[in-house]
Amino acid sequence: MTEATTAAPVEKSELEKRFPDAVKADARPGYAGFLVDTSKLIEVATALRDEMGYDYLSSVTAVDYYSDAPNAENFIEVVYHFYKSTGGGALELKVQTPRENSTVPSLTPLYAGADFQEREAYDLYGVNFEGHPDQRRILMWEGFAGYPMRKDWKEAYFEEEVKPFKNRWPEGQVYRIEDRNPFNKNNAYPQGFDPTGFKETDDPKLYEVLEKAAREYSEDIDTEQVVVNLGPQHPSTHGVFRMAVRLDGETIVALKPVMGYLHRNHEKIGERNTWTMNMPFTDRLDYLSSMSNNFGYALAVEKLMGDKAAPPERAEYIRVIMAELTRISNHLWAIGFLLNDLGAFFTPALYAIVERELILDIFEATTGSRMMCNYFRFGGVARDLPEGVLEKIKSLVTERLPRKIDELDIYLSENELVRSRSEGIGVITPEEAIAFSTAGPVLRASGVPYDVRRADPYSIYDRFKFDVTVRQHGDVYDRYMIRIDEMRQSLQILNQALKDLPGGEIMNGKNPYQVRVPAGESYGRVEGPKGELGFYIVSNGKGNPARYHVRAPSFINLTVLEKMCVGQKVADVVVNLGSIDIVLGEVDR
Amino acid sequence: MYGLGILKGMWVTLTHFIDSYVEDIKWLGRNRYYSKEGIQHRRSKDTKGIFTVQYPEEKLPVPEEFRFVPFLVYDVDEEGNKHDRCTSCGICAKVCPPQCIWIVRTEDPVTKRPVPEPVDFFIDVDICMNCGYCAEYCPFDAIKMDHDYEMASFDRHAEHIFNKEKLSKPASYYAGIRPTNYNREETLKAEEAAKKAAAAAAKAAAAAAKPADGAAAGSTPAQ
Amino acid sequence: MTETNPTVNSAGYEVPPELRQNVAITTLDKIWNMGRRYSVWPMMFGLACCAIEMICTAASRYDLARFGMEVMRPSPRQSDLMIVSGTVTKKMIPQIVRLYNQMPEPKYVLAMGACASGGGPFKEGYNVVSGVDQYVPVDVYVPGCPPTPQALLHGLMKLQEKIDSESITQVRWYGKEDIPAIPVPLLGPDLIDPRDNELIKQETSKKPAAPAAAPAAPAPAAEAAS
Repeated sequence: MTEATTAAPVEKSELEKRFPDAVKADARPGYAGFLVDTSKLIEVATALRDEMGYDYLSSVTAVDYYSDAPNAENFIEVVYHFYKSTGGGALELKVQTPRENSTVPSLTPLYAGADFQEREAYDLYGVNFEGHPDQRRILMWEGFAGYPMRKDWKEAYFEEEVKPFKNRWPEGQVYRIEDRNPFNKNNAYPQGFDPTGFKETDDPKLYEVLEKAAREYSEDIDTEQVVVNLGPQHPSTHGVFRMAVRLDGETIVALKPVMGYLHRNHEKIGERNTWTMNMPFTDRLDYLSSMSNNFGYALAVEKLMGDKAAPPERAEYIRVIMAELTRISNHLWAIGFLLNDLGAFFTPALYAIVERELILDIFEATTGSRMMCNYFRFGGVARDLPEGVLEKIKSLVTERLPRKIDELDIYLSENELVRSRSEGIGVITPEEAIAFSTAGPVLRASGVPYDVRRADPYSIYDRFKFDVTVRQHGDVYDRYMIRIDEMRQSLQILNQALKDLPGGEIMNGKNPYQVRVPAGESYGRVEGPKGELGFYIVSNGKGNPARYHVRAPSFINLTVLEKMCVGQKVADVVVNLGSIDIVLGEVDR
Repeated sequence: MYGLGILKGMWVTLTHFIDSYVEDIKWLGRNRYYSKEGIQHRRSKDTKGIFTVQYPEEKLPVPEEFRFVPFLVYDVDEEGNKHDRCTSCGICAKVCPPQCIWIVRTEDPVTKRPVPEPVDFFIDVDICMNCGYCAEYCPFDAIKMDHDYEMASFDRHAEHIFNKEKLSKPASYYAGIRPTNYNREETLKAEEAAKKAAAAAAKAAAAAAKPADGAAAGSTPAQ
Repeated sequence: MTETNPTVNSAGYEVPPELRQNVAITTLDKIWNMGRRYSVWPMMFGLACCAIEMICTAASRYDLARFGMEVMRPSPRQSDLMIVSGTVTKKMIPQIVRLYNQMPEPKYVLAMGACASGGGPFKEGYNVVSGVDQYVPVDVYVPGCPPTPQALLHGLMKLQEKIDSESITQVRWYGKEDIPAIPVPLLGPDLIDPRDNELIKQETSKKPAAPAAAPAAPAPAAEAAS
């Protein structure tokens, strides 16, 4: 793996020299980065951002180091990954805090992109971020009992600490788990809880925050404002996503995204699964581009496993081919539905879906499933391309797709109605795009030429010639156009990869059903179709990950939605949302 | 000129509209619908015009690797007796990501040794995620992914935990839906059996003085 | 109308051959059901991965319009069929129940995929409802993860079969009694189904040693101490 998790030694000493008593290198075996004193975190982060060029906060997450052994050292660690928006490897900071009354200073005032990620850590781990402007639960609801990602928190359907469960084999007494719950449901309540006359607390709190935000927006004029909820059941929210909008006439004065309606506990389940088992679950993150998710997870684990899991040449090429095909099929879908939101009712989506279906045929023939490919393995891919598939890919890539992408471009790119509806809407400046940690097309449409494939190359992307597409205006139209540009670049990569595709093995060694992953941490990131998709994993040498975190691009891109929409008309909300291209499986996980 | 972009776009729609008629005229006398070559054409790179597959009258053929719910493979010997390939080793249950496989093992009442064939085998299809791991990691080629996707039902509580009886299908069915895989596996098995037989024969020749019953047991092909 | 339309022509009444092009003798049930089965309007309601396959089913390759089902209504008030396409979470189930209550009779529910049927691969998760049928009645279950568009079409044909089997004299929505609305679950310390209130009270007032199968969710304060 070419990607380096650690920073260059120059910076290392620089940071340690500058803060000799606050920063020390993380010396645990398999770990990298720096441990920072909690009280000095803001100071260190400010220096990183303003003086050392680490202006892009990619990922914030918490890890629960917990063991019920008598003298175990239990604490919660908050992990930050910083990057330079000019490219290069990560700088990793960690702060540790006790499990009781966990408190860490919030980085949201410095890096706006930390907002949702800190809320998520608060929601799932109970870490209190001091100074966070709006610390509410994000994936679960206000009033939910407990912090579910903590290791000692057990769900109602808890069976065993880790998989595989003993009663599946050898005992084999078949049952439905709900039959073993007193309520016949996936529910458990705290001792002494009385449900009579219960009142929900989630929505009132949301409207309170909304009102506060509206006050901040305009305090002088006292007009009557309306709260409108778009979603969770709404045709333009691309799934079960909700936006609570406060309107003054037709102008948006405050907007708060509400998510979690598809929170399927991916990470909690992922920490119970064995390493191998997580692969099909990653398919269901961003279910429009499962191959990219596979790619990111495989990279992260392979990085920990070292050379014995380095995929052979042919596998690397197949991976790139599949990832780029995925990008095309994802962008086709995104464009089709963005235009749909713009009022071009369904025709562009139908045209785009035809091409997507043809790509799905390839996935189905290769992997066995249209959407849930589950194709990557640690050290290779699951199976070689079946007979005839390569020819089909070649014919699509060289003959059909370029023509069809052009057709889609001609179809609506110059349409005056589309342009007047999308130009100058939802503008994000480059500085904002970086500060809000946006990734992928959203970032590049704002004029920041940042593409993980180029900035921090992984797999064999350094061998291909392609342009990092950039557009300058940062509006909805540019976010639409950049996807068309990107599809063309993907075709270029595909052409090169198909030409050079070597023969040979597709797996490094055998494909065992249980892999051994040495203890340590790793962060694998790929440029997914939606942006930077990262997997942060911690191994303690056992059969399952101790921490499994997904840095979901659509989730973090949503941080900027409020910024995009406030001050504009309500009709533009759906367009702005469509231009971010979210997939709820990934937002909520 | 304002409006040119709109006209350009409408031209694209018009060509799509006209194409569907042109295609039908081109296929006059041949079956564009309800025929194998017609479906093949509609999913090829040259497809134009009507793209619809008229399910249920015609069905889009699934590729060999297609996976839906797993099934168990059994062999039928000359006398017509069924033998499960499954040895209830439990690898599928151990690797199953959502843990939807339950295997009931048993032991011989006399010898107290475990009987290889499972007494029963359950898959809860309401949990199964069709990932194909059980088929991929089964060392005995005993569990495979089915192609049958027409499984809608009115009641899940009675029908959706599949037992061994419902899951079992003959090896000939497997050979029918996945010929390439089946042939590859059979060739591998035959090679392995030949190798084993050769090794056993060599062993028997080397230890000619000893009785040959060990070699005989070794040369039985692996089931 | 062709003379061999099996869905309409009722057995038992012979129509003279010369009249078969023009006359069909049928029962009220059959003609009523035929009208309903070819105009099932699904609600445009996507939850998760399966929703993508549902959209593909409605798109040009599988073309739901051939079944008269292409009119996907975003509003529950105008739809007959709710395709629960994806994982049902605790946070979402109050909305699903509310939408179901808002649908006019006759209404049908199709659980698409493993998650909607019985929890699916995410069943063990703390925010996942194990099967939408714990809250709303389901008519047809389509297994698969996700079901391919053709599998969904097969499920919809099963639903048509079910519609065919109904009789206008026996259906519940023309009965005398009101059909009660399903109580909407609440988001408390965990999901609260108002129908379970008594049971919840009973269970939570038990001695702490009691919970064997389900360890009670620790309250934030209690958890920090544990």
